[in-house]
Amino acid sequence: MGMDIRLPIGLMFAVFGLLLIGFGILSDKSIYERSLGLNINLGWGIVLLVFGLVMLALGRPRAGAATQGKDERNEKVAPACETSTRSEA
Amino acid sequence: MNLTAIDWIIMVLYFVFVLGIGVALKRFMKTSTDFFLAGRSIPAWICGLAFISANLGAQEVIGMAASGAKYGIATSHFYWIGAIPAMVFVGLFMMPFYYGSRARSVPEYLRLRFDEKTRGLNAISFATMTVFSSGISMYAMAKLIQTLHVFDAPFQALGLPMSAIFHVSIVLSALIVLAYIFLGGLTSAIYNEVLQFFLIVAGFLPLVYLGLKNVGGWSGLKQQLPTAFTHSWQGMSSAHTNPLGVEWFGLVMGLGFVLSFGYWCTDFLVVQRAMAADSMSAARRTPLIAALPKMVFPFLVILPGLIAIALPTPAKMSMNAGTQVVVEQQAGQGIIPAKIDEATGLPKLDQNGKPVLDYDLAIPQMLLHYFPTGILGLGLTALLASFMSGMAGNVTAFNTVWTYDIYHAYINKNASDEHYLWMGRMATVFGIALSVAAAYAATRFNNIMDFLQLVFAFVNAPLFATFLLGMFWKRTTGHGAFTGLLSGTLAAALHHGLTLPQGAVVGIKGGWITAVKFYPSEMAQNFWTAIWAWSVCFVVTILVSLVTKPREDKELVGLVYSLTEKPSEGHLPWYQRPAWLGIVVIALALALNIIFW
Repeated sequence: MGMDIRLPIGLMFAVFGLLLIGFGILSDKSIYERSLGLNINLGWGIVLLVFGLVMLALGRPRAGAATQGKDERNEKVAPACETSTRSEA
Repeated sequence: MNLTAIDWIIMVLYFVFVLGIGVALKRFMKTSTDFFLAGRSIPAWICGLAFISANLGAQEVIGMAASGAKYGIATSHFYWIGAIPAMVFVGLFMMPFYYGSRARSVPEYLRLRFDEKTRGLNAISFATMTVFSSGISMYAMAKLIQTLHVFDAPFQALGLPMSAIFHVSIVLSALIVLAYIFLGGLTSAIYNEVLQFFLIVAGFLPLVYLGLKNVGGWSGLKQQLPTAFTHSWQGMSSAHTNPLGVEWFGLVMGLGFVLSFGYWCTDFLVVQRAMAADSMSAARRTPLIAALPKMVFPFLVILPGLIAIALPTPAKMSMNAGTQVVVEQQAGQGIIPAKIDEATGLPKLDQNGKPVLDYDLAIPQMLLHYFPTGILGLGLTALLASFMSGMAGNVTAFNTVWTYDIYHAYINKNASDEHYLWMGRMATVFGIALSVAAAYAATRFNNIMDFLQLVFAFVNAPLFATFLLGMFWKRTTGHGAFTGLLSGTLAAALHHGLTLPQGAVVGIKGGWITAVKFYPSEMAQNFWTAIWAWSVCFVVTILVSLVTKPREDKELVGLVYSLTEKPSEGHLPWYQRPAWLGIVVIALALALNIIFW
């Protein structure tokens, strides 16, 4: 309804990813003793950033469909799916 | 706990997103259907993730890790036996009636299929239960925030008393959940559940990775733990040869059939997520899609418990704040500390003089053990998110059942749709207010909470018999269903009153009539209580139905299996057909059981 959930998810994880990457680069290496010497902030930050970008790419408004237009399209698509289910039933 | 700026930024950002989703959705909430059913417009994959996320409350994340530390990998029975088969069943066989009947809630289905009294019984008991569950979730979260000293530093900086942390945690979590449901209704709850789902995975996956790497992988874990901890089925032939204290029949029938089907197939909290789907086939796919991540969740939530118990007990606490915890550390096992007697400050001991472990701290201890600042903020946020999704799930289920099945049915039958939309928002407010009250009741009267949970267990146990007969035997009558439910609940109470787990004290644990049978564990007693309740409900419903007048066939079209056209999915590619998905899910679950036999 209305908004593609992949956009906020993608945005949030991309931001978290960037934050962790930045912090991972700047932080003092001694704090990684507990994570078995791995810079887990940097490593996991990259994973989160990639995930976030993939989500953003999947959820991006398709070319030619502005946000407003997309809402209407979604509303039309939902009942259309149902009718097709019924007609073929 | 040593949190730095980066941890706080992550936590605060998360709550900004949560509230932002609510605000963004507000303009789409025009009718009560938008608010309570998300306009029946959500794609299957989103419903599926919300379906498990709503169930992924605190009980799951904290509780399953605790069970993992206590019982080992056998805890996975709660997933591979106690969830997957029921999820497949509800998707393939029951969703056509829930979704197809156009009922707006599970109690409403009961009214369509049976009668008003059966609906009333279910609606009122369910509404009460959701309020209390959400309150208990809130209480557990506030308690955990206090124990982990999450808010200590900011409170110190602001000069606020430490005793206020508990209250602030409760009020803050209540306000956040209130805000996003009030604004965006079920859509907001579902969207946030999906967000929480990914966050929980993002927070716990690196934890499992580090933990496993540290102990030398699964094989390393096997070497450090007793054999029974790393096999889920070995020793299940007798209750005395496995850590759960249950034999296979009680496990499969009690957990795998009665309790699991009773929860996944009839609990409106989860079914509501599927009812919001955009088509019949999406509604049927919802639990099946949910089953896929559900199946691998043991690795995310149970493994940390196993790792926590396998690690060497540290001599000194790795936490910097709160120096008083050093003593309890030595009395623990692995990195799980013993429970502390608040009066004496010494570890609590059981009858054998061994310290009682605080298993609920397995996940929090793991986070503190492995996560440096930065990712610690992410892990902690994931933990808080799990509490909130559990709370929000209960609140959305409550406001719907209250508005449609109690307010609309008994208090105000002929109001406008706008009025019911308004009532839904009001129900959200007072539902949360009642949860807060329940959370405080839990702090004062721990026994009352145990007692209530027991009563709910009695009420829930027979439910699946009623639904099974109602959906698959058209002869079942409303009188049959109602008397069946009542006698099933009564049977559960009687069984509990007549039995006792070995070594337990008479009272809340059972035996309050007179203990004639002893079970090797509390779990075994619970499973058998459920089996008795279900069987009695099943038999009584059939007997009463046979002597009462059934409804005419034409009234039951769309509500009963034999009178309803089978949904056709021929036009869908195979991977979108519920039947095929169901087969894939069952095959994978079987494979997991065999691998971890």
